[in-house]
Amino acid sequence: MRWLRDNFFGGWASGVFTVVLILLLWKTLPPFIDWAFLDAIWKPDPKACRAAEGACWGFIAEKHRFILFGTYPYELHWRPAIATVLLIGLWVFSAFRRFWRWWLASVWLLGLTAIGVLMWGGVFGMRYVENERWGGMILTLLLTTFGLAFAFPLSILLALGRRSDMPVIRALCIGYIELIRGVPLISLLFMASVMLPLFLPSGVSIDKLLRAQIAMILFAAAYLAEVVRGGLQAIPRGQYDAAHALALPYWRRTCLIILPQALRISVPPLVNTFIAFFKDTSLVLIIGLFDLLSTIKVSIQDRAWTGFGVEAYLFASLVYFAFCTAMSRYSRSFEHR
Amino acid sequence: MIEMIKVSKWFAAFQALKEVDLAVGRGEKVVVCGPSGSGKSTLIRLVNRLEAHQEGRVIVDGVELTDDPRTIDTVRREVGMVFQSFNLFPHLTVLENLTLAPVWVKHVPRKEAEETARELLARVRIPEQADKYPSQLSGGQQQRVAIARALCMRPKLMLFDEPTSALDPEMIKEVLDVMVELAREGMTMMVVTHEMGFAKTVADRVVFMDGGRVVEAAPPAEFFGAPKTDRARLFLSQVLGH
Amino acid sequence: MWFFASNTIANLEERKIASGFGFLGREAGFEIGESAFLRYGAADTYARALVVGLTNTLAVALIGIVLATGLGTTIGLSRLSRNFLLRNFAAAYVEFMRNVPLLVQLFFWYAVITEGMPGPREALSPLPGVFISNRGIFFPTFSSAPELQGFNFTGGAVLTPEFAALLIGLTTYTAAFIAEIVRAGVLAVDRGQTEAAHALGLSRPQTTRLVVLPQALRVIVPPMTSQYLNLTKNSSLAVAIGYPDLVSIANTTMNQTGQAIEGIATIMAVYLTISLSISAFMNWYNAHVAMR
Repeated sequence: MRWLRDNFFGGWASGVFTVVLILLLWKTLPPFIDWAFLDAIWKPDPKACRAAEGACWGFIAEKHRFILFGTYPYELHWRPAIATVLLIGLWVFSAFRRFWRWWLASVWLLGLTAIGVLMWGGVFGMRYVENERWGGMILTLLLTTFGLAFAFPLSILLALGRRSDMPVIRALCIGYIELIRGVPLISLLFMASVMLPLFLPSGVSIDKLLRAQIAMILFAAAYLAEVVRGGLQAIPRGQYDAAHALALPYWRRTCLIILPQALRISVPPLVNTFIAFFKDTSLVLIIGLFDLLSTIKVSIQDRAWTGFGVEAYLFASLVYFAFCTAMSRYSRSFEHR
Repeated sequence: MIEMIKVSKWFAAFQALKEVDLAVGRGEKVVVCGPSGSGKSTLIRLVNRLEAHQEGRVIVDGVELTDDPRTIDTVRREVGMVFQSFNLFPHLTVLENLTLAPVWVKHVPRKEAEETARELLARVRIPEQADKYPSQLSGGQQQRVAIARALCMRPKLMLFDEPTSALDPEMIKEVLDVMVELAREGMTMMVVTHEMGFAKTVADRVVFMDGGRVVEAAPPAEFFGAPKTDRARLFLSQVLGH
Repeated sequence: MWFFASNTIANLEERKIASGFGFLGREAGFEIGESAFLRYGAADTYARALVVGLTNTLAVALIGIVLATGLGTTIGLSRLSRNFLLRNFAAAYVEFMRNVPLLVQLFFWYAVITEGMPGPREALSPLPGVFISNRGIFFPTFSSAPELQGFNFTGGAVLTPEFAALLIGLTTYTAAFIAEIVRAGVLAVDRGQTEAAHALGLSRPQTTRLVVLPQALRVIVPPMTSQYLNLTKNSSLAVAIGYPDLVSIANTTMNQTGQAIEGIATIMAVYLTISLSISAFMNWYNAHVAMR
């Protein structure tokens, strides 16, 4: 009883809030439930959708294969499906602390090779599928994974370089980090998609996906570098002193003593940066790649399904929310250790 | 002044205070001591409702403390508290620290509040620090400012929660001197402390707590000279031994 | 380095793309959907077009910052409330907004306005003179008021669906992050401070205002400025929903002149200037106003 009173009517202001909020819930929740669930159409029937009062989730039923796999050949969808499961599996596996050993790297290498084989094909009798046809969920996951996989080591080098005693290296690292962090991601994506072809000899071309991937890697590296730098600064001075006292050379010192500690402290902000990066992959839509958000957007551009943007983006929100919330819960579990 | 009748308090499942009875009369100086975890800090924080009791009654200057915010406010205006970690407001000068509560709670005009503040700073012997910030003062000085801050509200009763435990040894004396003077002027005081010398000099009664109960309560001569219980004897040998 | 440079020169020649910023003086030849401050027509130069883009960016960024700060602070403080409903509403808000990409949210708001709102003839009117329709939000200014004429409104001022969606999206998104910053700042203030204030008899609102907030602000300002910067950078997503901000207009310019390098360099230079100015301010702040 006391809990109820303290939490709902603790003071006169609190009481007012309680009343107002309950009123708000009362007025908005039932209509929303009606729209989203009770009156909604779940069957892939565009005519029924337009006639109905409720939300139209039918487009998901009709377009879900396109949303998940993009323009990948229809009969070969089992390949990106397995690749997706494998990729998510790799991430989940890496989340367990007891698997943080050196052989984790080999597990990843194997996993990624398997995914590459599945997606591209061309061997073991599987038909070759060029990466222009990849899209949807698997593309979002691949962009995130490869982006982080390459950006992370780069970011460690940048963070170490920023603390270096050599002025040229220090200046270059600071310059890079400040430049990338000062401009919007979209400008980097434009740069990659439009400028990169100009830098290469005519006739040589990098495909679009690779260009976008490079831009994302460069972007992530700068932000991760700042997180790692924070971790390096958070280690007590005594650790550096002890390492110096043991007369270990720079790289050995760094890899054996400094980095393990810095990275361990940095796990929560690192995971937060991973989450942000996962969300940022949605921007490749703007340069014409078919990530998850893009396939959802395109699915309602079909003549039969136009006008259901609200449902489409609510659905997109839910999917991203599911992934990101899971990751952020994971990150928070670290803060309790 | 203070009456505690069969007071019990739990923190979740852990019972910190077990049916404690305690009375402090007007002008009385009571020192509460005991091993850590005995509940003495919890006990003193019940008096101005920084902690709330679940069973029993706490009556301060005739006002019974309940969940009613009005009783809490009334009591807090008449009771001053000094903390182990000083808790001075770092973003205000010493003078502003002292005048904050009188101006905003008792609606004392600013000039009057400042005069009172300077008087009290003189009484705790640091009048020249009025315009400095707490971080510029030593620990002993900060605690004396904290005492002055509590006194600015002209309380009827002063609570001290281990006031010297966070101080370097050479600064303990200056704070204890101020407390002794306060005691001599007739202030009702309830002090949780390990400083037995202070207890011997100033206390009317020493209350010894262990495991959430009052184990022994007696005037200092009796308590230090001839403790009745084994636990009190053990405690005294540990505290006075070195 | 030389390898890239020589390739670039060769490629530019081959595609007959000019170099240098001479194009800035040429006539732009395209219209801009809306302009916050300056007048512009298709006959104006590229330079002017880009400036219009910049002012549009700044307009949405500044209003967004003000609104997001207000909303974010309210939600952040609500997270600390003793009221169960308030606390959990705020927590749910933050959790949701932070875990959905901004681009999705922008598309959502745009869809709400263009699909969810009624046409001008059946526009909603929550306040006299204010009309919400799928063509935008119309409100009266000091000199004129919106009136329905035919299929649309004339007179008054209008928030286009693009501007409105961008503003609402940026505000609600950034507010969630600001809420967490405010909450962390308040929690960072030592518990003993509130205890001492309570012991002196100060009420809860007084304690918050006189003791907690001043100390919390010092912890809040640096990450808050970071969020302001993020909001400004995020406004570049305007290109995805058709609001003519700097990136949008630079993009159009690049498409028309083919001078991608200059265009992107311009975008980056502008944003870099904004970022570095804000960083400089923050360094000054830390040096002069840091906790004593």
